[in-house]
Amino acid sequence: MKPQSFEYVRAGTLDSALEILADAGDEAKVIAGGQSLVPVMNLRLARPAVLVDINPLAELARVEQRAGALRLGALVRHRTLERGEVGGALGGLLAEVAGHIGHVPVRVRGSIGGSLAHADPGAEWCLVALALEAEVEIARRGERRRLTVDAFLDGPFTTALAPDELVLGLELARRPGWSYGFAEHARTHGAFAQSGACVALQVRDEVVAAARVAVMGVGGRAERLGPVEAAVVGRPANGAAAAAAGACREVVDPAGYDEVSPDYLRALAAAVVRRATAAAIAAPTEERQ
Amino acid sequence: MRIELSVNGVARALECEERTSLADALREQLGLTGTHLGCEQGSCGACSVLLDGQPVRSCLLFAVQCDGAAITTVEGLAPAGELHPIQRAFHEQHALQCGFCTPGFLTVLYGALEDARRASRHLDDNELTTLVGSGLCRCTGYHPILAAARQAARELGVYAEGG
Repeated sequence: MKPQSFEYVRAGTLDSALEILADAGDEAKVIAGGQSLVPVMNLRLARPAVLVDINPLAELARVEQRAGALRLGALVRHRTLERGEVGGALGGLLAEVAGHIGHVPVRVRGSIGGSLAHADPGAEWCLVALALEAEVEIARRGERRRLTVDAFLDGPFTTALAPDELVLGLELARRPGWSYGFAEHARTHGAFAQSGACVALQVRDEVVAAARVAVMGVGGRAERLGPVEAAVVGRPANGAAAAAAGACREVVDPAGYDEVSPDYLRALAAAVVRRATAAAIAAPTEERQ
Repeated sequence: MRIELSVNGVARALECEERTSLADALREQLGLTGTHLGCEQGSCGACSVLLDGQPVRSCLLFAVQCDGAAITTVEGLAPAGELHPIQRAFHEQHALQCGFCTPGFLTVLYGALEDARRASRHLDDNELTTLVGSGLCRCTGYHPILAAARQAARELGVYAEGG
């Protein structure tokens, strides 16, 4: 199918993009990579009157190493992260995760900011950003604000982003001594994940000292699992994966859909949490910069 | 909206509706019907072309977004009457039957092989499998496509043996 007609505006500068969004209100839609937006436009599930193309804004495509943090512009492509140009334990995680998104031609075009703003409940970046306690940088005409990913994500395909706002980028803390793990399950190569987990751990003297665990596929959006984090902290590293999986099975309460039962989704969530925790235990730790 | 782009090395000017996909502009306005449209959802990969050397789904790009870009379609992989090593490998390895998906596989693999050749990189079986996995083929079962990708990579000196 073909999309409905729209007015196309190529953003020359960030300010002009924000002007257009301020004037157009909810008639306008921002296009970044377009790998989720254009399919829904082709199905006419999205029918924006104005399409604001931010792809020419090179300042949104930067990967910046800051003191103690990594800043990713909204237009950083999945493929850029997959190629591992970030470095460190965090870069290793991002490369691993990016390789799970769609197919190569989709990753060439799809962007991290677009993925967050689209907020698909199966989006890997929403899950990872939540586990890493990332902050989203947002702009509208004359105003900027930062939100934690937890506050940014609302439900499936909904966020705190107002129609006149634009995601500028994402900041991730570099935590020396932490390591990261990710796992997901998709029924076919390149398909949306049915379930996924991202785990960040700090291990001291073979004991888990701190943990962040997020899971997707058990509700309308990715969620941190506080009870799983609590169950892991204080455990010997070699028992952490089993403990995390056991606690996950107790705490998640997914609704089934179609032929997928709640029990299956619960078992799947526990499995990806176990695999992601084991991956984090085995992964190299972030070094002090 | 008027756009100018380079298609298979030839400068072209087009007047197209904003909502026209790159795939439709190539097929209907430039007559380059080698690019096939299957799902128009980015899933099947039949419409894959190269945008400034990188593989993209031409059903998920609007033509107006490609103003000033260089596009390579399946028609541009080799001079008329000749075959690029990846095309010859598809022929020799029986990597197509109905041929609907073939242009997508050819452009994605051509892009990766030529990129590897320029960067003196080697592609292992994992990378080739990932690339082959970006298209949907209901005829071959993929093994002949992977065999063709390997043959072309070997011929171009970019195959990581035993990888």
